[in-house]
Amino acid sequence: MLLVPCPNCGPRNSSDLRYVGESHKRPDPATTTPEEWRTYLYMHKNPADWMMETWYCSSGCRRFFTIERHTATSEFRNPPLPGGKRGGRA
Amino acid sequence: MPSVTNMLRDKNQHGQRRYSAFGLLRKGLSNQPWPRVWREVPLKDSYDVVIIGGGVHGLATAYYLAVNHGITNVAVVDKAYLGSGGSGRNTAIVRSNYLTPEGVAFYDRSLTLYNSMADDLNINVMFSERGHLTLAHNDSSLRTMHWRAEVNKLQDIDSSVIDPAEIKKIVPSLDVTSEARYPILGALYHPPGGIIRHDAVVWGYARAADAYGVEMHQKTEVLDILVEGGEGRDGKGAGGQVTGVMTNRGKISAPIVVNCTAGWASLISDMAGVDLPISTRPLQAAVTEPVKVFLPAVVVSGSLHTYVSQTDRGELVFGAAVDPYNNYSIRGSLEFTEGLAGHVMELMPGISRMKLLRQWAGLCDMTPDYSPIMGATPVEGFLCDVGWGTYGFKAGPVSGEAMAECIATEKMPAIIAAFGLERFAKGDLVGEKGAAAVGH
Ligand SMILES: Cc1cc2nc3c(=O)[nH]c(=O)nc-3n(C[C@H](O)[C@H](O)[C@H](O)COP(=O)(O)OP(=O)(O)OC[C@H]3O[C@@H](n4cnc5c(N)ncnc54)[C@H](O)[C@@H]3O)c2cc1C
Ligand SMILES: [Zn+2]
Repeated sequence: MLLVPCPNCGPRNSSDLRYVGESHKRPDPATTTPEEWRTYLYMHKNPADWMMETWYCSSGCRRFFTIERHTATSEFRNPPLPGGKRGGRA
Repeated sequence: MPSVTNMLRDKNQHGQRRYSAFGLLRKGLSNQPWPRVWREVPLKDSYDVVIIGGGVHGLATAYYLAVNHGITNVAVVDKAYLGSGGSGRNTAIVRSNYLTPEGVAFYDRSLTLYNSMADDLNINVMFSERGHLTLAHNDSSLRTMHWRAEVNKLQDIDSSVIDPAEIKKIVPSLDVTSEARYPILGALYHPPGGIIRHDAVVWGYARAADAYGVEMHQKTEVLDILVEGGEGRDGKGAGGQVTGVMTNRGKISAPIVVNCTAGWASLISDMAGVDLPISTRPLQAAVTEPVKVFLPAVVVSGSLHTYVSQTDRGELVFGAAVDPYNNYSIRGSLEFTEGLAGHVMELMPGISRMKLLRQWAGLCDMTPDYSPIMGATPVEGFLCDVGWGTYGFKAGPVSGEAMAECIATEKMPAIIAAFGLERFAKGDLVGEKGAAAVGH
């Protein structure tokens, strides 16, 4: 089982968390166009490489966080960052 | 039906030996080797069309380009071997009982093409229309099934909701009692659904396309897509024109390049500077030791995230939902096997002593609306046939037919009009999740 390092709970089984997906910078809803908003909602880089992604610690601290994981080896690198719902930091 | 004269005529008009029962007998008795199924020819430095990906989608597109449109200066390139992707790893279920009218019309055309495939391609695809049952364990899935059945009936698809007693008649081994942990309340029954020999479909298209002069190049990996005049980095991206591909075996020029790489689609698309709304997730499957045939239909349970069918050899083939996070690795996992075993035993307690023989995974290109992405992209000449998620095998024939028409006529055929990439920017999604969330 993949062990996901939650910034609050430490390493936890991935089945204890919910995967939110690739992190994207959220555009400002006040100024964005519908097309830009949909690009933010739907488009992905989906690299076979290091990727910033968001997890939700659903059976632990119930917080969202972002972390860098390699999508071919599933290694994590760099400490996790607390993040907004769809991972404000990209 | 092939006529008797046809069957006795040894070779087709392209000089290929026909497959026949007589031929099988002759080979069996004489112990001669079988000829190559498709030619291995030198790679040229230019083609009219280069198709990336030698799965059912790439090969069907090549076949229909040749047969329906006379375009034969075509190369299908694959970084590994034909059928090494999802096309050789799927659980081979075909059906057309989808939820949206666009989806139903599309998958139904594919079933029609699968029905005549053995004759059309002269290969035994072992299509078995054994019936397909999607179980409902709660009111909300029962409601979705009634909805699906009505959408299906409107388009003349044989599909209806049946009750537990009728289910038990079709599949006696299912536990339909109210004591089950997740009692079965009903099922969507789709008699034309079934399973097919996926390898034969891949080889059949390759062999038939080869007969028309299409070239298949295995171990030919695309490393870059050549684009000129685009507004992105290195002249790629929107407004550009594709001029060819760079491979591990050198440069190939082509005015049309088609992305049929399923789980790898984002990587190929990125080489042309085009973003896709795709996440790559592995889907796992498993097969048991063979036992006497007892399961006459394909059985799917959305709530239990599992489905099962029995092969003609007697093995049970299981599938599930995609893995819970993005991944380009196709290693299987223990938690999959554990979850799967628990779920199938809820459905069929009688199989608890059976042993799993193998498990494997394939990469799936998941889209936000569980529908494919087909046709033009912002780069001129760079087309895509991707986003096949966990349901793309059954769509191979119709996709090939439609993509070939799209390439030949430079217009989006009506049957795939709803599946263009631009729908995401417009917010015009197709919403097929209700019929495609369990991967098959
Ligand atoms: C376990 C499992 C069960 C499934 N069950 C079903 C089912 O029951 N019914 C159903 O309809 N669908 C099912 N599917 C989905 C189905 O298998 C796929 O949607 C379908 O096979 C996709 O076909 P394709 O031709 O588009 O791609 P693939 O068959 O995946 O082929 C893509 C090819 O692209 C090649 N490629 C990748 N990158 C490059 C490169 N850089 N250069 C050259 N070549 C490259 C790969 O080597 C590969 O051969 C299942 C999938 C899995 C994994
Ligand atoms: Zn936590």
